[in-house]
Amino acid sequence: MDLHTLTMAQAQDLLSRGEICSVELTQALLDRIDLYDDRIGAFITVDKSCALAQAKAADERIAKGDNAPFTGIPIALKDLLCTKGIKTTCGSKILGDFVPQYDATVVAKLKKDNAVVLGKTNLDEFGMGSSTENSAFKITRNPWSEDHVPGGSSGGSAAAVAAQFCCGALGTDTGGSIRQPASHCGVVGLKPTYGRVSRFGLVSYASSLDQIGPITRDVRDAAMMMNLICSHDPKDSTSAGVQVPDFTKALKENQSLEGMKAGIPREYLEVEGIDPGVRSIFEQARKVLENLGVEIVEISLPHTQYAVAAYYILAPCEASSNLARFDGVRYGARDSDSQDLLEMYKKTRSQGFGPEVQRRIIIGTYALSAGYYDAYYGRASQVRTLITKDFSKAFDQCDFILSPVAPTPAFKIGENTKDPLTMYLSDIFTLSANMAGIPGLCVPAGFSPKGLPVGIQMMAKRFDEMSLLRAGFGFERALDLKTSFPVL
Amino acid sequence: MKISKDEVEKIAHLARLDIDDSVKEMLSGQLSHILDYIDKLKDVDVEGVTPSHGSAFLNNVLREDILGVSPGPDVTLANAPERDEDFYMVPRIVK
Repeated sequence: MDLHTLTMAQAQDLLSRGEICSVELTQALLDRIDLYDDRIGAFITVDKSCALAQAKAADERIAKGDNAPFTGIPIALKDLLCTKGIKTTCGSKILGDFVPQYDATVVAKLKKDNAVVLGKTNLDEFGMGSSTENSAFKITRNPWSEDHVPGGSSGGSAAAVAAQFCCGALGTDTGGSIRQPASHCGVVGLKPTYGRVSRFGLVSYASSLDQIGPITRDVRDAAMMMNLICSHDPKDSTSAGVQVPDFTKALKENQSLEGMKAGIPREYLEVEGIDPGVRSIFEQARKVLENLGVEIVEISLPHTQYAVAAYYILAPCEASSNLARFDGVRYGARDSDSQDLLEMYKKTRSQGFGPEVQRRIIIGTYALSAGYYDAYYGRASQVRTLITKDFSKAFDQCDFILSPVAPTPAFKIGENTKDPLTMYLSDIFTLSANMAGIPGLCVPAGFSPKGLPVGIQMMAKRFDEMSLLRAGFGFERALDLKTSFPVL
Repeated sequence: MKISKDEVEKIAHLARLDIDDSVKEMLSGQLSHILDYIDKLKDVDVEGVTPSHGSAFLNNVLREDILGVSPGPDVTLANAPERDEDFYMVPRIVK
C-alpha cells in the first residue's frame, strides 16, 4: 500500500483498525519529504524526531483503545501558527530564530487529539502575497509544474498536500490565502466564517480578516478538520460562541442537491482578464451542479469593482499596526550595532522585513496618517459595509455563491513580481469573503490546457459551512477527477 | 495621487523603517500607482454608511477576573534579544 496516498479519513480508518501504525505512516511521509522536498520547497522546518515521537505515542494510545479522531495522523502547519518548541518564522528574517513558548489554540487541539505535526510550511512573509515568492527563506514550486508558483500565501501547505507529503494541513486566509493556493495546487481549501476558529497563536497580519482553515485532499477531510478546529476560545475575544455542528453530517453519498440554489454574480463574469481555460472549467462546473439538481440564479454584487481597492487599504492599515510589535525589543532579530533606540528600531525593521511587507507597512502608515485617515481608512471601512450588505442581499436569493477562485491558473515563477498591483488584482474573487466574514470553499474542478489544476469557489452566509461542504462533496463525487495528484 | 520621495521618507520614519535612497525612488513610483488605483473608492456614494471594522459583530467581551498561573520571567523573556536578569535590555534612550 502507498501510505502517502491516504486521506485523513482513510488513515484514521486503517489506524483505528490496527492495519497500519502511525510510525510507519509518519516515516513514509518523512521519506517522501526527504526525497522530493528539495525540489518542491514546501517546508521551512521538518522536525523528524518530534514527529516520530508523537507517532510512537499515538500508536501506544491506539493500543490502549484511545481513538480520538486525529490520533496518529500526520499534519503540516503553515509557519504562521505558533508551535511550542518548534521554530515559527512567519517566512520572515525578523523571526528567523523565533521559538514560541506556547501552542496556538488549533495546534493545542491537534496535539490533544494525538495528531502528528510533521513540520512547518512555507508562506509569503506574514501571509502577504499570492504566490509564496515573498518568503525570506525559499520559493515553493507547484508540484504540478515546477516552474509555476503554488499560489499563496499558504503555498507551502497547499503544495505539501498536493505532493502527498502529509495527510492534510492547516493554512490561514486573509484575502484568499487558503482558497487560491488550494485552487492552484488541485486540493480542497476552506476559509471558515470569521470567528469560527480561534486565532490565538496565529501571528496577526490583518486581525479583522485573518482566519485559520483546512487544506486537504478532499471535502470529507476538510469537514473532519473543521470538527476539530472550530470552537469558542476565551483567548480570542472575536471567536464566536456559536454551536459547532458535526460537519461530516453534511456528507452523504449519492446525495442529490435538489432544492439548493447557487447564485452566480454577474459582476464576477465581467472581470477583465479571466483566462479562457478558467472560464470553460467554471461553465463545466456549473453544468455538473445543475445535473445534481442545483438551480442556478443570476445575482448581483454591485460593489465588486471596489473590493480590491478597499481591501488593499484595510489590510495594510491593520498590518502596519500589527507589525509595530516587531521592534527588536522582546523577541525576534535585533540590529546590535545601533547606538540609540530609534536607530535600533529602524535598522532592525528594515533588515528584518522583506520588500512586500515594507510596502504594505508604508501604505498602511500613509493611509492612517493625519489628514488621510477619512479619505482612505474611513472610506474603505464604509465600502466594506456596502460589500457586506451586497452579500446579505444575495443570500436572500441563493444558498451559496458560485465563482472562480482566481482569474487564471498558477502563473510562472517570477512572472508577476515586478508590478505589485497586478498581483493584488488577482485576489478579486476571494478577498470579499474576508471583508464580509463569510466562509468560502475551494474544490478542484479540472485542469487548464497546460495541465494546471483549477478550482471553483463556493461562498455561503456566515456560519453556513454545512451548505458549502454539502454542495462541495456532491460536486467532488459527481466530477470524479481521475488524475487527482501529480507525479513527482 | 503622486507620492514623492520625500513623502516616502516621512512615512518610513513614522513606520520606523530605514529605506535606501534607490528603494525610495521605486516605492514612490509603486505607491503612486497603487494609490491611483485606490482612488476609485472616491466614486462610491458612502453618504450615511456606517463603517465596518470587522465581521465579529461583538460587543465588549468580558470575563470573570480569575487568578491564573503566570508563565514566569524565564518563559516570558525566553526570546529576548538581550536581557539582564528579569529585564529586557535596549540601547540607551536618555543621553
